[in-house]
Amino acid sequence: MKNIIKSTLLLVATSLFFIGCGNNGGKEQKKGGALENNVAEKVYVAPGEHDSHYAFISGGYSGNLTVYGLPSGRMFKEIPVFSQFPTSGYGYSEETKPMLNTSHGFIPWGDSHHPDISQTNGEIDGRFIFINENNTPRIAKIDLRTFETTEIIEVPNSAGNHSSSFVTENTEYVVAGTRFSVPVPQRDMPIKEYKGNFQGALSFISVEPEHGHMDIKFQILMPGFNYDLSHPGRGASHGWFFFSTYNTEEASTLLEVNASQNDKDFIAAVNWKKIEEYVNNGGGTMMPAEYAHNVYDEVTHTATSTMKKEVRVVNPSEVPGAVYLLPTPKSPHGCDVDPTGEYIIGNGKLSANLTVHSFTKMLDAIENKKFAGDAYGIPILNFEDVLAGSVEQPGLGPLHTEFDDKGNAYTTFFISSEVVKWKLGTWEVLDRKPTYYSVGHLTIPGGNSRKPQGKYMFAMNKITKDRYLPTGPELEHSAQLYDISGDKMELLLDFPTHGEPHYAAAMEADLIKKRSRKIYKLEENNHPYAAKSDADVKVVRKGNEVHIYMTTIRSHFSPDNIEGIKVGDKVYFHITNLEQDFDVPHGFAVIGQNTSELLIMPGQTKTSVWEPTKVGVWPFYCTDFCSALHQEMQGYIRVSPKDSPIKLSWSLDGE
Amino acid sequence: MIKHKILMIFGSLLLLLLFIFPLWNITLEAPQYPTPLGMDIYIGKFADMHPHDIKNINLMNHYVGMKYIPETIPEFKIFPPVIIVMVILGVLIGLKANYKWYLRWLVLMTLLGIAGMYDFYLWEHNYGHNLDPKAIMKFTNPDGSVMGFQPPLFGSKDILNFRAHSYPRFGAYAMFIGMFLTFIAYLVGKKNQKVNYK
Repeated sequence: MKNIIKSTLLLVATSLFFIGCGNNGGKEQKKGGALENNVAEKVYVAPGEHDSHYAFISGGYSGNLTVYGLPSGRMFKEIPVFSQFPTSGYGYSEETKPMLNTSHGFIPWGDSHHPDISQTNGEIDGRFIFINENNTPRIAKIDLRTFETTEIIEVPNSAGNHSSSFVTENTEYVVAGTRFSVPVPQRDMPIKEYKGNFQGALSFISVEPEHGHMDIKFQILMPGFNYDLSHPGRGASHGWFFFSTYNTEEASTLLEVNASQNDKDFIAAVNWKKIEEYVNNGGGTMMPAEYAHNVYDEVTHTATSTMKKEVRVVNPSEVPGAVYLLPTPKSPHGCDVDPTGEYIIGNGKLSANLTVHSFTKMLDAIENKKFAGDAYGIPILNFEDVLAGSVEQPGLGPLHTEFDDKGNAYTTFFISSEVVKWKLGTWEVLDRKPTYYSVGHLTIPGGNSRKPQGKYMFAMNKITKDRYLPTGPELEHSAQLYDISGDKMELLLDFPTHGEPHYAAAMEADLIKKRSRKIYKLEENNHPYAAKSDADVKVVRKGNEVHIYMTTIRSHFSPDNIEGIKVGDKVYFHITNLEQDFDVPHGFAVIGQNTSELLIMPGQTKTSVWEPTKVGVWPFYCTDFCSALHQEMQGYIRVSPKDSPIKLSWSLDGE
Repeated sequence: MIKHKILMIFGSLLLLLLFIFPLWNITLEAPQYPTPLGMDIYIGKFADMHPHDIKNINLMNHYVGMKYIPETIPEFKIFPPVIIVMVILGVLIGLKANYKWYLRWLVLMTLLGIAGMYDFYLWEHNYGHNLDPKAIMKFTNPDGSVMGFQPPLFGSKDILNFRAHSYPRFGAYAMFIGMFLTFIAYLVGKKNQKVNYK
């Protein structure tokens, strides 16, 4: 019997795949080419001019966040978040190593998934961008004044931190929902006893309004489903959060089949304001937990990692009226809320239709206590009672929906590789455009807010095939930019995306642009090892540790020749960049170093460790072209045998 | 009080604005500086036009062997008392003296102004020509002489890849207006004298 189900499903899946390819013929050739219909003009940003929008695209397995311009599709920056980054020394320098600390120790890699920009009153405010790591559950905050990762919090009781990191209307919370349910607390137990024993933690991380500091306010311990994606309510539904689930079967093996048995999974609707109130009145219990909270201080230019010991957990069945389950066909992926907050769209991956729930109907059903049953004490509503409507057979494999400012929705279809535009309320399909190939998510600037900016939409494709010149078996992934200002979507541009783009956040450039910092002020530099002028330059020995207080400025290091270092010493280069000019970093590397080089911003101090193993006179130099005399920006460090009597000495200002 | 006396007093008091607003400005433009580098010159100090401009001018200038712009120069000790004395003198003349003294005050102020400009020229010349013999880059003029990097006394000029602009700022305009008013005061005073005489 099992085999029959399995093979039928396989057959269905395969035929779906082929139908998908057939529908758009694989490719739609443009007639006339880009120049004829002025498409090129629409993405052309003349030299010296700026793009109108920023796009922040997650790097997936690169662990980074990449910054692009729209409409040009040019990549401006790669911001390291969960992975070490040789370009800047992030995760290698002594100051940034604590950023990658976790309860499992130092973890130099993590996959980044869903960026979301902070909001005020439901509108994007451009202060911070949050992004989740899936593998070792973490949430990071990037400061959009410096485009640097300034805070990372690990999420305990969680595994595969996927339905994250979306923010509420006033950035009260950023959520971190677990994809994999796990034993809570973790323990040694048989995996086949998953059902009823594993739990899924939905974490609500509060964001302190001024500095954005994060703190896990509470975790809701949900039934052992997989929590896939989420979105906050807004407008009338502000105060609620919606999470799509799959594997409501609570299967623990061959999920491809066994987690696809139920005709309907759920969207979990969480009234977080109700739980917040419960928690503020002392509800929930403190549970022992171990998780790292890493904060980067822009004044000391140094991160610190604090290990936290407990977390507040809430059993949802103990807070009546806080959580409800909305039946949604079938293994929904995206869980998207329209700008008015009324419609909650469940993108059932294996469903032929797109399901739209109504927030108003949901409240009515709750008020009239029309429940179909419960799961572990959480009420389940009737599908028909909450359904606002369905988009009938819009495509195959709906994944994710975003909205424009004119009441339209745009959904990606993974299997049929297309974007479909449809109308909220009438549920009619208005337009469809093929994507190349296997589209994942799409983004409209301001998408996760009350005010989408409906000019551009870009789709992020998982597979690139023949869109660019071949680069061997592996190609960068591809994004496609569409103009959505008219009735029909118009494909404007293909551009490569670094890593695997899972999701993106985008916004008009002006808000961020004017806040962006050009330098770090030297007078505000409170790094304990900063040398703010040549008068502070020194070399200090403490046992076998040698601390070099070094400065850089175009085009020299002070000091430049250092003697008296011995094999077995641990040499700390504490380098302060004395420049106070925009875009003039200096680099530093020394021969034989086991860690990456540094890139030090104007006014910043960074530390690189070098443990010389060989006697000799070894050069160090500036690794970032800084001026006409960049090549001359160098020095030597003499390493003597362990028992050498040579005293520490150094040269300064050519003396 | 008589009109010309008010003009004389007000005119000399306008000089006090020099203590608030910059006298002069030198700006350096180049493609690699999307925001030009600039230095405001007050009667008692040099100041950045944008944060850290002077530091960055120094960094750039050191390639050709120019000295760092000093924190202070002797003139900054002399100019403020001179201006104070001239203001007091102007007010006293306005209150007590004959209109002919207005012109004498103006002539003295003009001479002091010319002396100031000449001093400024000398300082600029020294700064732009007295180069470090160990300079990293050495440039010569087409005639073979060592190139100087003196900004213009007044106006705009190309210096290597930079375009240097040197113009008065509001403090100077206030001073000029003040001096012009004292001249008007002289004319009005003279006219009044004639009327009275008749």
